[in-house]
Amino acid sequence: MEFFLISLLNGVSYGLLLFMLSSGLTLIFSMMGVLNFAHASFYMLGAYFAYQISVKFGFWPALLMAPLVVGVLGALVERFMLRRVHKFGHVPELLLTFGLAYLIEEFVHLIWGRSSLDYKVPTEMDGPLFTLYTTTFPMYRGFMMLVAVLMLLAIFLVLTRTRIGLVIQASLTHPDTVEALGHNVPRVFMLVFGGGCALAGLAGVIGGNAFVTEPGMAAAVGSIVFVVAVVGGMGSLAGAFVASLLIGVIQTFAVAMDYSFVTLLKSAGFVITPDTFLYSLWKLTIAQTAPILPYLFLVLILIFRPRGLMGTREG
Amino acid sequence: MLHVRDLHAYYGKSHILHGVSMQVGKGEIVSLLGRNGVGRSTTIKAIMGQVHATGSVQFLDQELLGHKTYEIAHKGLGYVPENRDIFPTLTVEQNLILGMKAKQAGRAAPRWKLDDMYRMFPRLKERQNTQAGVLSGGEQQMLTLCRTLMGDPDLIMIDEPTEGLAPKIVELVAEYLKELKHRGVSVLLVEQKLAIALDISNRLYVMGHGQIVFEGTPAELKANETVRKEWLEV
Repeated sequence: MEFFLISLLNGVSYGLLLFMLSSGLTLIFSMMGVLNFAHASFYMLGAYFAYQISVKFGFWPALLMAPLVVGVLGALVERFMLRRVHKFGHVPELLLTFGLAYLIEEFVHLIWGRSSLDYKVPTEMDGPLFTLYTTTFPMYRGFMMLVAVLMLLAIFLVLTRTRIGLVIQASLTHPDTVEALGHNVPRVFMLVFGGGCALAGLAGVIGGNAFVTEPGMAAAVGSIVFVVAVVGGMGSLAGAFVASLLIGVIQTFAVAMDYSFVTLLKSAGFVITPDTFLYSLWKLTIAQTAPILPYLFLVLILIFRPRGLMGTREG
Repeated sequence: MLHVRDLHAYYGKSHILHGVSMQVGKGEIVSLLGRNGVGRSTTIKAIMGQVHATGSVQFLDQELLGHKTYEIAHKGLGYVPENRDIFPTLTVEQNLILGMKAKQAGRAAPRWKLDDMYRMFPRLKERQNTQAGVLSGGEQQMLTLCRTLMGDPDLIMIDEPTEGLAPKIVELVAEYLKELKHRGVSVLLVEQKLAIALDISNRLYVMGHGQIVFEGTPAELKANETVRKEWLEV
């Protein structure tokens, strides 16, 4: 029970962090048809900027400023790079974001070096939030969940209760028609791209010190975020939410499970020794396979439900 | 009010319009006729800035070519696309609200309010909180017609509004067009049904192969059997 609850909490908090990333990715994709390969790089920038700001001004100003800076950067990328390439089609756009991801990674290498940064959880939150049986749940994890839930609520309210939200929703499927009604759709694109990047940046601010801030962090989370967007259904926020939690929880549970075929076969009465045929396969534990589970999930979804859990479009 | 001169338009490398010239006066209903694929929809899209075009399109003495679609809409041009592009996940009322522009600068109170739409099409009032995606084809057509009106255009371009609709709804659409005329809104109509076009238009243009091949009043078109045979009847 204890294991279950703690893993569930950890899984959900990780899942919520994934959602902060995938929500922006999926909005940008469904609106512009651009799969932003650099999305996780903005997450990384969020963490690095937050570190730099927190060194000088502390964590709280960083929590506010870093996402803003990342958001402005994202908006500039849309305005001065993507928009120019847009008329040549989706493939050049894709290549542009691909190149941008490398550019940002090398930039981070040059400025902050190749090793991980000493970006720490603020001292006032460096403690347990509560103790469940014998395990403590860190206060910072609770804070992460709170930020993610507030952000989720904010996105929901903006999209459903404001005029710009309606314009965004309509532009997801019919940008040309929206523009013919007199709405400045190019500007909406820029805002959504910037907003999506700001959310990724925010995820970086709170994820960077919860996990680790290093140049590989973008690549580490980037592929998982794509899995989330595809599994949830391209362009579906609700799908991205469900898929984020699902993958967060599955991965967290799997990592903590030490079972292997050996355990299973032993309980069935077989004798397994290091000499048994294919022993290296039988001794694989679930924990060891945890990193590949999301991709397994991705492949299965693509085969059996190509539009994703809640996607509306085919493929 | 709208002066199109020597309009050429292209989709990629294919040349669709070969020098279209036409005009729509204030308060006029003008129909653009022709068989499928002669460039009627392309003409409207080119005026709206959605297709690459050269030549000249003047609206209220301002050049439109080279402007972005939303800027053209702000100058007072409305466009009802032919494929009934309603926003399926939003409600009927939200669709109508999106028809209004962010700020209609330099304008008196708009000609139309939500209630005017609901009065014209009571069916939309009944369904105001329904998701637009589940409406019938006829209801969706009413919705797109009204949505564009909410932006208070001085000239509205409507592409095939009666296509695939039941006769009863076609009548409603004709009523709507007359109401527009009554309120002084100019209309450029792309229409397949010759009877309607002859009935409500002040003037008509017939297109063939990306050019205007006939211009005249309904009476003149009725009298001109050659044009009807060659360019309209199947």
